[in-house]
Amino acid sequence: MSWRTGKIVALRDETSTARTIALVVPDWPGHVAGQHIDIRLTAPDGYSAVRSYSIASPPTSDQRIEITVERLENGEVSPYLTQEVAIGDELELRGPTGGWFVWHVDQTEPIQLIAGGSGIVPLMAMIRSRLASHSNARFRLLYSVREPAAAFYKDELHAISNQGDCVILTYAFTRITPKDWPRAPGRIDAELVSESVWPSHLAPTCYVCGPTSFVEHANELLIAAGINRERIRTERFGSTGERK
Amino acid sequence: MNANISYLDGNAAAGELSRIFTVDLTAAEGQCANCGAKRRFADAHLYVDCPGLVARCAMCDHVLLRLVNTAERTFLDLRGMTYLNLSTKQLTLLQDPSL
Repeated sequence: MSWRTGKIVALRDETSTARTIALVVPDWPGHVAGQHIDIRLTAPDGYSAVRSYSIASPPTSDQRIEITVERLENGEVSPYLTQEVAIGDELELRGPTGGWFVWHVDQTEPIQLIAGGSGIVPLMAMIRSRLASHSNARFRLLYSVREPAAAFYKDELHAISNQGDCVILTYAFTRITPKDWPRAPGRIDAELVSESVWPSHLAPTCYVCGPTSFVEHANELLIAAGINRERIRTERFGSTGERK
Repeated sequence: MNANISYLDGNAAAGELSRIFTVDLTAAEGQCANCGAKRRFADAHLYVDCPGLVARCAMCDHVLLRLVNTAERTFLDLRGMTYLNLSTKQLTLLQDPSL
C-alpha cells in the first residue's frame, strides 16, 4: 500500500486536548468502520515518524475522512496535529488498514461497544456507519471517560441516544462525575457491565478500544460476564496513548 | 494489573504489513508454531518499543512474527506461524468496501 496525500478541509475541537481533522484524499478507495490510517510526518532532516489513527467518519463516497487526535504532552506527532496544522495543509497518509476490528453494515447481531477515553474514535465510526446505512443492528455503547469535559462527540451522542433505542449509551466517569450522577467515580466494574452490556445469551459481538490497561480490564469483565472470548475484538493504544 | 504492559494488538501492524502483502493479514487466522493456538493475527500481542515490530501469541507469548526495516532492506521472520487462513469474503469486502 502506498502513501497518499490528504488535504485538510476542516478542523474541529472536540475537547481542550482533542481535535477532529477532516481530510479530502483523492482516489480514496473507501473504508469500513473501525479501520485506521497511518500518518507520516517527515522533518526537513529526513527523520520521519509514523502514527496510526482510527477513522472517525463513516464510509462515504466523497473521498472525505475524519480522524480525531488526542494531544499527548510528550508525543512526537499529536501536538503537531492538534495545534499546528491548518486548513489547506497536506498530510501524508496510508490506508485504510486493518480488517478485523471492523463493523460491516451487513452484521445484524447485537453490538456492544466499550470505549476508554479516545478509544471512542473507531467505535464512533461504527455508530455513524450504522445510522448512515439504516442498519437495524442493536448497539450499546459503554463509554468510560475521566470527566464529562473529556468526552468526545458529546452532542452528537446525546442526539443519537434520544433516537429511540437504536444506540443505548452509558457513561462511566472515572474521576469527576456530573452533578447528582448516580454512580460514584471509578473504573468500569462487574456491576456496571451487568447493567449496561448485552447479556451473554444474546451473543453480542464486542468491540473494546482504549489504552492497554483499560482494554485488559474490560476484556476480563466481559469474559467474567459470560461473553465468549471469540466474540470480543480489541484495539489497544500503547502505554503512551499514541499508537506507533 | 501490570501498568507497564507495552504491547498493542496485531491490528496495529496492518499498515506496515500492507507494504509487503496485498491482502490484509491482520484479519487472517494464524496457528502458533509453539502452542498450536489458532487465533486472528489481530489478536496477537504486538510489541513496538523495539527496532521493528514483534508479534507474540496471545496464549503462550511465543514469537509469531518479526519485521525490521533498515534504510536499505526489510526483514520479515514468520517462522512462529505454521499457516495463515484467510477469509475470501473479508478479502473481497476489503478490496471493494461498497459490497
